[in-house]
Amino acid sequence: MIPDATVAISATGLRKSFGPQLVLDGIDLEVPAGSVFALLGPNGAGKTTTVDILTTLLAADGGGATIAGHDVAREADAVRSVIGVTGQFAAVDSLFTGEENLRLMADLRHLGRAEGRQRVAELLERFDLVDAARKPVATYSGGMRRRLDLAMTLMGDPRIIFLDEPTTGLDPRSRRTMWQTIRALVRDGVTIFLTTQYLEEADELAHRVAVLDHGRLVAQGTPDELKRLVPGGHVQLEFPDGSALERAAQVLGETQRDDEALTLRVASDGGVRSLRALLDRLDREAIEVSELSVRTPDLDDVFLYLTDHEPATPEGSPR
Amino acid sequence: MTASTMAVTDSATMLRRNLRRMRRYPSLTLFIAGIPVILLLLFVYVFGGTMGAGLGTTLGGRETYLAYVVPGILVITVAGAGQGTAISMAMDITEGIVTRFRTMAISRTSVLVGHVVGSVIQSMLALALVVGVALLIGFRPATGPVEWLAAAGLLALGAMAVAWLCVAMGLASGSVETASNMPMFLVLLPLLGSGFVPTDSMPDGLSWFADNQPFTPVIETIRGLLMGTPVGDSWLIAIAWCLGLSAVGALWAVRQYDRRSLR
Repeated sequence: MIPDATVAISATGLRKSFGPQLVLDGIDLEVPAGSVFALLGPNGAGKTTTVDILTTLLAADGGGATIAGHDVAREADAVRSVIGVTGQFAAVDSLFTGEENLRLMADLRHLGRAEGRQRVAELLERFDLVDAARKPVATYSGGMRRRLDLAMTLMGDPRIIFLDEPTTGLDPRSRRTMWQTIRALVRDGVTIFLTTQYLEEADELAHRVAVLDHGRLVAQGTPDELKRLVPGGHVQLEFPDGSALERAAQVLGETQRDDEALTLRVASDGGVRSLRALLDRLDREAIEVSELSVRTPDLDDVFLYLTDHEPATPEGSPR
Repeated sequence: MTASTMAVTDSATMLRRNLRRMRRYPSLTLFIAGIPVILLLLFVYVFGGTMGAGLGTTLGGRETYLAYVVPGILVITVAGAGQGTAISMAMDITEGIVTRFRTMAISRTSVLVGHVVGSVIQSMLALALVVGVALLIGFRPATGPVEWLAAAGLLALGAMAVAWLCVAMGLASGSVETASNMPMFLVLLPLLGSGFVPTDSMPDGLSWFADNQPFTPVIETIRGLLMGTPVGDSWLIAIAWCLGLSAVGALWAVRQYDRRSLR
């Protein structure tokens, strides 16, 4: 078989158990070169196990995978030479300074002295670590450690990068910075395989999203395709009293009604034209509306629809 | 780059990394040297007078015991260094940096070799310190520089065996706490040998164990080399033990490293 240069990552029927516990139950996926693929799932869904298998850290029990055409089991070294991995926990030497960590990576990538020094300086600059370069990593903040971690991953100029929950535990500003960095990598043609439990992150970054739940892929597609899987958007109307609610329900017909909250949910595409039509109808009947909100389905809805889990919410991030 | 030059280059990089960590945190090396120095002073000044009298030589006394006990203290230094090795290996594993190394196209064994060679260098530094204190308090070796070099060579071999075993223990432990406890028996083992008292002064079963455990031939050879006592074939047995235990430790360590499940 001739490796297809346009496919960066491909897996078929990946299976893995730890003892009696089945963690991956037949995973198939394909990631085109130069794209961002997000593996979305709750804690314990098998995201990290998938990354571990694809990055040669763990052997699968069944099925197989290729990275840039190289088999992860039989050509592990070839795979390792094209990938970069930034795990969930910053893989840095905390007794070293940031600069020393990067120098170590340069040496292990067998860069010459001059080239190594130049790359270290570039990466420190790019990841805003120049001021902290000579301080021990033990003194770094969480965001700085992640940036250093990613800088170390980039030392080898990998064409395919695995990011396992790259923003878990980061504050909103650091999360935005990480997203910008990822977008810049994509512009340079790097393929990104990302795992996340944050729907917003997948929506922001990914070309394709796969939802993993209990070791199975329950859906795969673009964020928009996935959103189309769930029942459409709606307008929620809130009324000042029960009689207004009652009359509005009669006028509008097919609605979801909540007598406690005095609200009605009306199916709608959320467009200006349909909103105006809706309000005109209520106006004609002189029904007062105290509040109106428009909701289009987001990945949260998809997640809830496809899995039985509550999605995680990034702390402090606007939703 | 061929596989073997890559193995050498990467191992050298890993060794530089470990040496830098030691330089940055010299307390571990000082601790490793400090314990045997305390033991030396304890055995010579507290027990030495009585112990020396029991050695059954014509001279007896503290001086005689000092000459007798130094080889045992040197071997305990080598054994004790293993604790630091196991701890630093376990730290590497738990910190996640080794996970990164495992996803990189580098020589697989370089991480382990870096730890082992670093540990041997650390042991030799600690030995130099211990020998310095021994000379200071009146230890006077009876032989010349060639024997000293041979003794240093054998101690380095012993340090290598301890390092490989402790690297494997560090990998097997899964936590820094366990890693610091696992090699404890290595420090006790020289006490159950010919390091501190002649083995024929022990009860039968214990004396058999003391004669046949790996540290005794090493101690006997060092004693012969430094003090001119008869060595017999213990040098051969000592080298065989060191190489054998190195091989066992290395195989165990590589196996652990290859199939260790992560995180």
